[in-house]
Amino acid sequence: MIPEIGHYALVLALLMAVVQGTLPFVGASRGNVAWMEVARPAAYGQFLMIGLAFVALTWAFVVSDFSLQVVIQNSHSLKPMLYKVSGVWGNHEGSLVLWMVMLSGFGAAVAAFGRNIPPTLKARVLGVQGLVGVGFLLFMLLTSNPFVRVFPAPADGNDLNPLLQDPGLAFHPPFLYLGYVGFSVAFSFAAGALIEGRVDPAWGRWLRPWVLIAWASLTMGIAMGSWWAYYELGWGGWWFWDPVENASLMPWLAGTALLHSAIVVEKRDALKTWTILLAVLTFALSLMGTFLVRSGVLTSVHAFAVDPARGTAILILLLLAVGGSLLLYAMRAHTLKVGGVFAPVSREGALVLNNLLLSVSCAVVLIGTLMPLVLDAFGHKISVGAPYFNFITPFLAIPLILVMGVGPFLPWKRADLGAVLPRLGVAALLTVVAILWALWAHGVKPVMALVGAGLAAWAFCGAFAEIAERIKLFRIPLGDSLSRAASLPRGAWGTALAHAGLGIAVAGMVGTSFWLSEEIRVMKVGDQTPLAGYTFTLDKVEELRGPNYVTETGTFTIRDGDDLVATIDAEQRWYPVAKMKTTEAAIHTTFVSDLYAVLGDRTEDGTGWVVRLYHHPLVPWIWFGSIVMVLGGLLSLSDRRLRVGVPQKRAAPVRGPVAQAAE
Amino acid sequence: MKLTRRIAALALAGLLSAPALAVLPNEKLADPAMEARAREISKELRCLVCQNQSIDDSNAELARDLRVLVRERLVAGDSDEQVLAYVHDRYGDFVLLRPPVTGYTAALWFGPALVLLLAGTGTAVYMRNRRRDAEAAPATSRLTPEEEARLQALLAAQDGTGSGEGKRA
Repeated sequence: MIPEIGHYALVLALLMAVVQGTLPFVGASRGNVAWMEVARPAAYGQFLMIGLAFVALTWAFVVSDFSLQVVIQNSHSLKPMLYKVSGVWGNHEGSLVLWMVMLSGFGAAVAAFGRNIPPTLKARVLGVQGLVGVGFLLFMLLTSNPFVRVFPAPADGNDLNPLLQDPGLAFHPPFLYLGYVGFSVAFSFAAGALIEGRVDPAWGRWLRPWVLIAWASLTMGIAMGSWWAYYELGWGGWWFWDPVENASLMPWLAGTALLHSAIVVEKRDALKTWTILLAVLTFALSLMGTFLVRSGVLTSVHAFAVDPARGTAILILLLLAVGGSLLLYAMRAHTLKVGGVFAPVSREGALVLNNLLLSVSCAVVLIGTLMPLVLDAFGHKISVGAPYFNFITPFLAIPLILVMGVGPFLPWKRADLGAVLPRLGVAALLTVVAILWALWAHGVKPVMALVGAGLAAWAFCGAFAEIAERIKLFRIPLGDSLSRAASLPRGAWGTALAHAGLGIAVAGMVGTSFWLSEEIRVMKVGDQTPLAGYTFTLDKVEELRGPNYVTETGTFTIRDGDDLVATIDAEQRWYPVAKMKTTEAAIHTTFVSDLYAVLGDRTEDGTGWVVRLYHHPLVPWIWFGSIVMVLGGLLSLSDRRLRVGVPQKRAAPVRGPVAQAAE
Repeated sequence: MKLTRRIAALALAGLLSAPALAVLPNEKLADPAMEARAREISKELRCLVCQNQSIDDSNAELARDLRVLVRERLVAGDSDEQVLAYVHDRYGDFVLLRPPVTGYTAALWFGPALVLLLAGTGTAVYMRNRRRDAEAAPATSRLTPEEEARLQALLAAQDGTGSGEGKRA
């Protein structure tokens, strides 16, 4: 009965989405307030209905209702509860329901919190949001219904892929989707503004919180995915330039560009048509990410043919959304008034360069990801992997980070580099110190490691140099500086944190990519292996039993000289239902490095085990830096001028160049 | 058709099985310098039955055979380039994770530079036109008198509430 309620709720949600996607447009163009107002209850209703369907599906997983096809295929009665719940979105059908929960949730949030948005624009934004919902709900009900029953119901399910039974991966998709779907709001604002034919700084200000939420979530989602790969796949890699990863990186790059160009719209009333285009493209890339991952086209072009209905449906959805909005863009973009002017060397100029480099990076990832598919269609089978991307990306990443350090120092409109660069003296000095340290600690080769260390230090120090400059640190009494720091807008702190976080993450990437130590050997119980100044001892290997797996657990003690550093357990698990082996790496983190041990197969003579031991310098900083970036985003979001429900007087749409005075 | 399905099945198996341990101790060469070269070469070669994994990362049987082959060629005295060429000759472009520079991969190798060039030129031209248009237009405020009045009112209100945060430049 409960699955049927869920199914029915999806149908009702579709009907509400149809209403939300039609009446408000008509209302907005005719000035009919009642019809425009329909958007709000429709958005709430759609969210409520999809939420109901989501709860129904979760219920089916929690009680292991094996009369539902998705539950059979992705669950098992013995699975721990956390993974029964995360199994809801660990599959195609359920992940679509989650996607729709978020899409309708964002729609409801715009309806609830967008009180300052002019009624016609709001009606149109919600209308576009409704149309996207119609597309996805149709897709779900026609090709990917999660509530399909099976008769007779089997006694137990096929279990979820054990690699996915992991806390890191349980929450990776929700964050990723929150990011993807968050950009739908930017898309709706862009389409709404095109229909409206008006973009002003207020539009930029309404747009920014949604872009910030989406960007912070996507950053978090990507970081969690890479963290999972690091500890679960068993050799300490954290990014593989796999097409599935690239599919999430592209919207992140475009979204980061959007985040920055929206600032220019808000502060200077410039880059308006570009920002609109970027909002459309970012959501298009989010849709494409879903398409690439969900259609199976990435595994092999031939896998696409296994279920052509789904793949084709997503492709049509993608073409309608992107084609429709680009057509709208081509028809209306020229009607938008051109705003403020600026010199090439200025804050705007730096942000334009940021957008240029991020967009080209995005294009490079797109080319590298799609080219094998394109060439396959013409009969050439090629592979594009990490060596290709690692060769190309530094050309874009290095100038991007260099500009990132300088950009926040530049005044709007027109800047004098000669006056600005000396203020970065301390940051430059610390960068040189970092490079010299890397040289001393790890030698001159590879040179890229030194470059990377310098960039990390530059990004980090540049971010705080900007804050130091603004609070006049050491130039006025410390107490005055502190009170200035307290009254700085949170947006300024957010920028500094996010930029510093990137620096921290880059340091982690450099450390583990270039300075890793590794030992692969057979160890017997009692054997010792020296690695990077530590000694690993294999103490014992036991066979143990988990809830739905059996495991061979190897216990290692790590010593630094005679001092005990840690005792860690590395597991090799066997999941009998899924008939799969997984490794659980043993990791001890010292914050400046990770000690990492993997237990492999027993040797043929039965006396020893193959083990891999690693010393990963700085690697935790990749994820620590990502979290700092996310915190920076959230701090910006809490900035007074963006806060939802801010007193009307402050947030009243201030048009024209006045907006810059608030900063 | 049957073959492609088989490849797809193999690829799926490669994707789903945990890549627990790739390089095994008994594969390693005695000479650490040569072993290090073998590892670097392995990172350039794709495990043919896996989804986007190098033979250095994969524990598939075929990846293991390729790793052994690479080491045999190194022991036989090949240079790094010769080893890669040897494997490329036998397995085709698909085995190289860094595609060769040929006619059909031109977009891959020259595309990024071309995109950067086009985008850079486009931006430069746009900025120049914008400045020219702006200089041609009257330099005075483009606000209507009502907007100007509202602006002054807002600024006055803001100063009144003591918002002293700098109007930075």
